[in-house]
Amino acid sequence: MRRDIFQAIADPTRRAIIALIALQAMTPNALAEHFDTTRQAVSKHLRILTECELIKQEHKGREIYYQLEINKMKEIDKWIEQFRKIWETRFNQLDDLLSIIKK
Amino acid sequence: MNSDLLFDFSVNKENKTVYIVREFNADLELVWKAWTTVELLDQWWGPKPFVAKTKFMNFEVGGRRFFAMVSPEGQERWFIQKFTSISPKTNFKTYNTFADKDENPELLGSEWDFNFSEQNGTTKVSITIYNESLARLEKMIEMGTLEGCAMQFKNLDELLETLSQK
Repeated sequence: MRRDIFQAIADPTRRAIIALIALQAMTPNALAEHFDTTRQAVSKHLRILTECELIKQEHKGREIYYQLEINKMKEIDKWIEQFRKIWETRFNQLDDLLSIIKK
Repeated sequence: MNSDLLFDFSVNKENKTVYIVREFNADLELVWKAWTTVELLDQWWGPKPFVAKTKFMNFEVGGRRFFAMVSPEGQERWFIQKFTSISPKTNFKTYNTFADKDENPELLGSEWDFNFSEQNGTTKVSITIYNESLARLEKMIEMGTLEGCAMQFKNLDELLETLSQK
């Protein structure tokens, strides 16, 4: 199955995880404490986020820490900006057309 | 282009909705016409370098517009826009789907809501686009994300900037 950043942010728990680790790298156990769901459920979300390349693992001693891939988050902004651009171009064309047919 | 005209664009990823608001320096009658008349629509709907090409359009409730976005290389991307509600010069709603060239629609679509209002000769158009899936929302601008196309937009920006400085 194809994974991308939009799948990553489609789920409220995953958005909450992103918000938490944006502040600091966290272990799965520390993360799980913030949620009412099971440790397994949190692990599943972490796996999806990893597959989406939105977070990455870092080993510190025996612990695994998850941290955010900031550059990947920027892809979302970039994508929205391109979409906005399409509409901007389209509307400028309409401006031109309106000024012509007005006369 | 009048830079005083309002342009708002926001994407709410959580409820898969896009909001677009834009003002136009023309009266309601004319703006409504530009959005609902095929001859006029095709003149501006395709964001450069794309061109919109409508095969047919029945602007009535239950009617459809079957159109393509044509790339500079001649590649066609087909869409079906079904008109689900029309209140003349106030609002119209559509259900949009991607399609193949033989009018076969794809499964998931998006709901579009267009609102028109005029104040002091300026007409405001507000659009809400609700997508059934985020993947589709992403696909909606697939053509715009092509590297070459993004570059062209960028080139155009730079060109306009250069020109406006003169």
